[in-house]
Amino acid sequence: MTSNNPDIKSRLTDVGYFATDALATALQLAIDLGRPLLLEGEAGVGKTEIANSLAKILDTKLIRLQCYEGLDASSAIYEWNYQRQLLSIKASEFSDRDADELEDHIFSESFLLARPLLQSIQQSKPPVLLIDEIDRADMEFEAYLLEILSEFQITVPELGTIHATSIPHVILTSNGTRELSDALRRRCLYSYVDFPNMEHELKIILARLPNIEQDFAGQIARFVQALRKEELEKVPGIAETLDWAAALCNMDIGNLLEEPEKVQSTLICLLKTESDLKSIVPEVTGRLAGKAA
Amino acid sequence: MMQTHPLTSRTIGFMDHLRLNGFVLGPAETQACLNSIMLETTGERAVDHDRMKALLTGNKDEWDSFDALFESYWIGAGKSREQLKKTTPSTRTSKNLPPAWKDHFGEENEADKAPQIESEGDAGFGEEASGRLIAVDRNTRMKTDMRQFVEPDEIAAAEALAYRLASAIRYRLSRRYYNSKKTTRLDLRRTIRSNIKYGGTPIDLRFKAKPEQPVRIIVFLDISGSMQHYSRFFLQFVKGLVCQWTQTDAYLFHTRLVRITDVMRDSNSLRAMTRLSLMADGFGGGTKLGDCLETFNRQYAKKALNSRSIVMIFSDGYEVGTPEHLCEQLAKIKKRARRLVWLNPLLGWENYQPVTAAMKMARPLIDHFAVANTLESLAAIEPDLMKL
Repeated sequence: MTSNNPDIKSRLTDVGYFATDALATALQLAIDLGRPLLLEGEAGVGKTEIANSLAKILDTKLIRLQCYEGLDASSAIYEWNYQRQLLSIKASEFSDRDADELEDHIFSESFLLARPLLQSIQQSKPPVLLIDEIDRADMEFEAYLLEILSEFQITVPELGTIHATSIPHVILTSNGTRELSDALRRRCLYSYVDFPNMEHELKIILARLPNIEQDFAGQIARFVQALRKEELEKVPGIAETLDWAAALCNMDIGNLLEEPEKVQSTLICLLKTESDLKSIVPEVTGRLAGKAA
Repeated sequence: MMQTHPLTSRTIGFMDHLRLNGFVLGPAETQACLNSIMLETTGERAVDHDRMKALLTGNKDEWDSFDALFESYWIGAGKSREQLKKTTPSTRTSKNLPPAWKDHFGEENEADKAPQIESEGDAGFGEEASGRLIAVDRNTRMKTDMRQFVEPDEIAAAEALAYRLASAIRYRLSRRYYNSKKTTRLDLRRTIRSNIKYGGTPIDLRFKAKPEQPVRIIVFLDISGSMQHYSRFFLQFVKGLVCQWTQTDAYLFHTRLVRITDVMRDSNSLRAMTRLSLMADGFGGGTKLGDCLETFNRQYAKKALNSRSIVMIFSDGYEVGTPEHLCEQLAKIKKRARRLVWLNPLLGWENYQPVTAAMKMARPLIDHFAVANTLESLAAIEPDLMKL
């Protein structure tokens, strides 16, 4: 099972995602072995973006399942189209159909609504299946998911077992709001996604905001790197950095040391809680900007 | 073919090395690891390192410690493996217990006593429902202030009662269901299926209701000097809770905060107690509850607390830090958890009033403030937990 495209890292770079060696290897391995990849890390380090980029380089569909507390089989796997079923029953009231025939009819595949998990195994080309924030789903759902991820088949009591026409590339993400079960962890390959280092962050800013000046982008990257080391409740992620850089560009600020008041007011892009905003006073901003310049 | 690969036996050795360091790995992982080495013979160590890391780690802790373990095995030629063996907590004997900790366990509990508690637990599991009856049965004992337990026999009896009480609480909690009238929803799938016999007219309706989600219990146990008479008893109570109720998280605190859930669940009691004493090593006189809760809020709160959490604090409230700081941290916990219960052993003393500054300020934040110096008083918090 040697891969045809050994350098997944440069291909990811081409679509604007800068992966570390460890992450690129993990992705490659997940594709080669056909195993799910579990990505953990703080919010905003670009876990979801990995799945987007993977779908782009594999030129395939991205199917996303956003998990939340109380997510159940009917919104993750499949659901019967009850309205159509009821209509169909009404319509066949005056026909000669007997009950068995009617039951077969309204529980046939045309009345089945495929939700993300069922969709993902019914594609002709293997899609990327992103199961986002799996830690928000309940334990029961996790167990169900485990079964699907190992068998890639779904059993509908009324229809029988639906086998996969293609095995999706599965990416799971977790923010660590709940401890995942060992069984799920064992099924998956694992990679921890950390905040990017200075070089990576600079590359990302330059790739996403092509009009920004190189020096200024460097300043922004250094500022955010230093800011992450401060005591914060919610550490800014990449998305926040990009928002902030875009905001600064829009306000025609070309240097963090100019117009400190304006810079201070744009910090709302980076700091998302009241106490964080209070703790980064103008003096701190000035000190960080001074270091970054 | 697999057997002939030059790295096979070394790789199997590496698996052992990782297992010794707490990684949970089975033969399937070994197989996958061997396959991945043979997948592509780049011969580059960095690539193999990254591959093995993705294959063999499963959480952040393992992710962080993998690099050092990989290095020590493949580069240090197994040297550090022997060293690691020596310092593994499980091989430290109980003779090395830090002196300060002995107050909390008592001499008799260390080696031979602990396994008995386990067996009591097994028995208790089957008899959960009778937990209260037993507690009532031993009425005279239950009213004694727990400081008066000095005889080993009596301590053992107290432990058993605490264990069963904890089991009884757990049992009651797990039996609760939502009022089904409120949340009952029509189960369309079953309704349609069962009414096809009436030609599709929904005569026979089917409903569905959500069962109650299990309650999470987070326990903080004060083991500072002023609490030492009680903490051994409470520890036993906490152990009962942690072993019987999977959704429990337990922490010890004095001047530092230590998470003890995993240690408590260790099936080997001797090893558990030894690890516990190592973890509690170096505790000083005072209680820095504010600082400890801050650590909790920073490191664990996101994972440990949800809207169905009960936070229980066993402490006398003699706080070294500022009351403001304590309240700030308590408020943060309160935001995430459903209920905050503070159990104070001193409350049972005659003429005691919760007058310490910390206690006074924290009082409005606490949902349930109760005495916990006798078994009876512990049993009394059961209805409160059920009110959730």
